[in-house]
Amino acid sequence: MTEIFGVPVAVLLGQLLLGLINGSFYALLSLGLAIIFGMLNVINFAHGAFYMLGGFAAWFLLSRLGLGYWGTLLAAPIMVGALGVLVERLLLKRLYRMDHLYSLLLTFGIALMVEGLFRHIFGSAGMPYPVPPSLTGGINLGFIFLPLYRGWVIVISLVICILTWLAIERTKLGAYLRAATENPALVQAFGINVPLLLTLTYAFCVGLAGFAGALAAPLYQVSPGMGSSIIIVVFAVVVIGGMGSIGGAIVTALGLGIIEGLTKTFYPAASSIAVFVVMVLVILIRPSGLFNREA
Amino acid sequence: MLKCPPTAKSEKHTWEGHMAEAALLNVNNLEAWYGESHVLHGVSFDVRKGEVVTLIGRNGAGKTTTLRSLIGVVGKRRGTSLFKGVDLLNVAPHKVARMGIGYVPEERGIFSTLSVIENLMFPPAWQAGGMEIDEIYGLFPNLKGRDHTPGTRLSGGEQQMLAIGRILRTGADFILLDEPTEGIAPVIIDEIGAALRILKARGMTIILVEQNLRFAASVADRHFVLDQGKVVDEISNNALDANMDRLNRYLGV
Repeated sequence: MTEIFGVPVAVLLGQLLLGLINGSFYALLSLGLAIIFGMLNVINFAHGAFYMLGGFAAWFLLSRLGLGYWGTLLAAPIMVGALGVLVERLLLKRLYRMDHLYSLLLTFGIALMVEGLFRHIFGSAGMPYPVPPSLTGGINLGFIFLPLYRGWVIVISLVICILTWLAIERTKLGAYLRAATENPALVQAFGINVPLLLTLTYAFCVGLAGFAGALAAPLYQVSPGMGSSIIIVVFAVVVIGGMGSIGGAIVTALGLGIIEGLTKTFYPAASSIAVFVVMVLVILIRPSGLFNREA
Repeated sequence: MLKCPPTAKSEKHTWEGHMAEAALLNVNNLEAWYGESHVLHGVSFDVRKGEVVTLIGRNGAGKTTTLRSLIGVVGKRRGTSLFKGVDLLNVAPHKVARMGIGYVPEERGIFSTLSVIENLMFPPAWQAGGMEIDEIYGLFPNLKGRDHTPGTRLSGGEQQMLAIGRILRTGADFILLDEPTEGIAPVIIDEIGAALRILKARGMTIILVEQNLRFAASVADRHFVLDQGKVVDEISNNALDANMDRLNRYLGV
């Protein structure tokens, strides 16, 4: 078997694949986080909680209501998005005119409460969630054995990220959104319902987090802590990519997933800090992030 | 919220008599606040269909705030501003444009993330009868051939043309123009003035906030003088020369 720097190629590719899968989840989450920051000027600390809620919604729908995998994958994000509408309309909306800090504290508080509540009800242990029958097994790509579900995660994440990016960069609705970040009062004066646009943006982005949670359920167990363990890395991704840069968030997420995978192969001890080392370097060299337009 | 006492309203109507009928916009005792600060203290004026009126006055007199109050981007408001019989104070900010009111802000508000053509196409057309892109280019030839230039890469004057042009596409027939000549080269000021006269000839109604008296006189029918958040005088354009002394006193020139 061939080796690269003393590591078998199969092992390397296996870690790269894992990195790509983690990167897919980072991408789905950091994309939403970047849009929410860009459009609403809110640092949404509750993003991990919505991811966790997506996982639990999927688990509940599947194990309690008997909805199939595909149904849950569709319904969970909608439920989480609906909750996002409530949070935005009832709470977040009141804080837009204030300093970032207020919405940060609010969303952080929501995250703590939701996570605490779920820990209280379900305990810290994870809920098992089966891989859907249609996606069990795998295919031998020759150089590596790819479990079908993992392939599906990578493909659907990429497709959703690209569609979201296109919707924002290439459609009229996206132009309204971009312009509304620049000058909301003027966009409103042109007859566009900006408050509604913001509510839908928030709902869509936390819905994406819910989708990621539902997608992650068969891979990682559904547990109250699943959000808080991933969200820190996701924040690092957004900082590295440049707060508010949507394309940057996607590229950075996948790149960092791969860097994590490579670190696991070559120097496993550093794998959990690799992302943060990159973040420190980026902040030192390019404080506003790799892809920030204003940089 | 407190409304204007009914007696004051009816008084104004009898006082104005026939004029109130013909007015497209009738602003009565409009007050406005930015947060805690009370900026407008009862602005009253009217605009008839097809007319160009200016709001003139010193810096801080409340001219821009009056425009912003009409479209609902200030904090609290009180009074009435009847537009085609509907009180704009009861209209949600995003629905004002749908009544055919176009707003060109003082800072022009060209979106830096959008190109010239994207800026032009940006505001939705809410009413029929808006201009075609070619007509807008005819009015402002400087914009022609610049479609893919980022909007904020244009000169100040060209950005002003773009800001006016994009409103014309929407079918708005009532235009609020905030200091279109501020910081702009004289040649371009002349072009904007010519364009405004064409728009007026096409039947547009315009409220123009202006510090440049000569420019204001070249397009307007009537001038309302604002001072400390109130309309303190009305001068018809024909009587402008005769009242120059009075006007200069208001403006503190």
